[in-house]
Amino acid sequence: MASDKQTQIRTRTRGGVTDVLVLVNHPMETGLRTNPKTKEKVPPHFIQKITFYLNGKEVSSASLGPGVSKDPLVGIKLKSAKSGDKIKVIWSDNKGESGSEEATIN
Amino acid sequence: MKKILLPLAILGAVVSMTPTASADPASDLKQFQDFFKKKFPAVPFDEFANGLYALPGLEPYREQWIMYNDFPPLELGLARGKKMWETPFKNGSNFASCFKNGGKNIAQGYPYWDETIQKVRTAEMDLNDCLKKNGEPPFTDLDKDTNTRVRLAELTAYFYSLSKGQRVNIDISSPGAIKAYEAGKKFWWQRRGQLNFSCANCHMDLAGKNFGGNQPLSAALGHPVGWPAQRLDWARLETIHQRYRTCNSQVRDKPDKHGSETYNNLQFYETYLSTGLPLTAPAMRN
Amino acid sequence: MTYFPRRNFLKRTALAAALAAAGGFGAFISLPGRAAEWPKEAFASRKLAEAIAALFGTAQMTPSAAVALKAPAQAENSAQVQFQVSTDLPNVEAIAIFVEKNPGPLIAHASFTGTTAYFSARMKMAETSDVYAVVKSGGKLYMTKQNIKVTVGGCGG
Repeated sequence: MASDKQTQIRTRTRGGVTDVLVLVNHPMETGLRTNPKTKEKVPPHFIQKITFYLNGKEVSSASLGPGVSKDPLVGIKLKSAKSGDKIKVIWSDNKGESGSEEATIN
Repeated sequence: MKKILLPLAILGAVVSMTPTASADPASDLKQFQDFFKKKFPAVPFDEFANGLYALPGLEPYREQWIMYNDFPPLELGLARGKKMWETPFKNGSNFASCFKNGGKNIAQGYPYWDETIQKVRTAEMDLNDCLKKNGEPPFTDLDKDTNTRVRLAELTAYFYSLSKGQRVNIDISSPGAIKAYEAGKKFWWQRRGQLNFSCANCHMDLAGKNFGGNQPLSAALGHPVGWPAQRLDWARLETIHQRYRTCNSQVRDKPDKHGSETYNNLQFYETYLSTGLPLTAPAMRN
Repeated sequence: MTYFPRRNFLKRTALAAALAAAGGFGAFISLPGRAAEWPKEAFASRKLAEAIAALFGTAQMTPSAAVALKAPAQAENSAQVQFQVSTDLPNVEAIAIFVEKNPGPLIAHASFTGTTAYFSARMKMAETSDVYAVVKSGGKLYMTKQNIKVTVGGCGG
């Protein structure tokens, strides 16, 4: 199920290395927190996988747990990316929601 | 919390700088800014715009803040604010039409004294009025409704971002403006709450001190220029009035209402005292 | 508590179909989860050594100066602790990060295909703890660790 949660990508190339930073609007609930109003435990809701593609080819994939911060930021570096190359990020969470975003390297 | 605030209470008994009795904002400004320049001689003036992170002794937090700013989470709220700003109203008009210069490079004059209604106006008020003028529902119930208040904070954050880098320049020439300034000044220097602190107690002599309970105190110089801001604790963008409310609650004082004349005047006074500093809003703040 | 219900698989298949239809990626894309499933057991482990073993098959690690962990000595906020792991080691297959004193020590596990062995993220810490950065290189595990102090309280408001 495609999420309406925002996914943003930032890239920055310095000295031949490109930083790829991804910020996702996601609650990353651990399942341990109690809702102060309902007094019930907020069920776990967190991103489990996030995968990076460079020009359609997978370059990195991460498994995340609920210990990752709310509105998570994940960063990787690319050695041989060039201006005009396409980055795509796809994430999916434990509830079956997923999101994606694309960016072109400057 | 008492454990942390007891040493604060002892240290905060006296403020070394006393306010001038006369209503001369220009000399107040010089005295205020000189106080901080003297207290923190190694801090370049513009750096005070970065709030807490500019102060000596807080380098470890500054390093984290710099790393954070590579891609701060406020970008998510800011993107929502941008969308609100750019979406036309049902009548076809938009936010930009309500403001001089389409809303660009004008936030450095906010808050401002409105001669016609004889009150201080903030950006939040102007944005709400723009909605009302165009037949759209304004943001209401800001004290209790966090979601609505945060949406207003995100829209206001985008408005301020259109003036990023512009230097604070508040028009304080009219008698009415000076009265509002004086009202804000009175609030600033007045002790309040069960803990009996004034804004001056914590944010002048004690600026930069960290009381072990992880509550470093910011300097008043540069206070408003990062707002609307995102605090790590809140994980969302918030309005400066929300910060005033929670801060007043911390000294066990009953907070005023969001958008009250008291807070508008306080914001007017505080912002004037940051004259010359560049706007950094929206910013990550402690 | 299942983190991987069956309906996820169906949604992923639908996602794959949608992506394939959208084109622009060629016929062969790696769906998240297919190449390396989410390591449920490792994330469920409540002790550091257990979590490492569940993830890598062994908890035998060699401390190495070639693994660099950049993280604050004192976190400004325990829910948003930023870290960066990088390494000079060759043939890096994966990087994983653990917070020893968290209820679930495993924070994240990243794998790489021909790109720089570097991973950064922001994590939650329950209390002051040693943080371990583990790198799998040439089939072996190397690590470095750092203590991060976390203070609770203050007038956060």
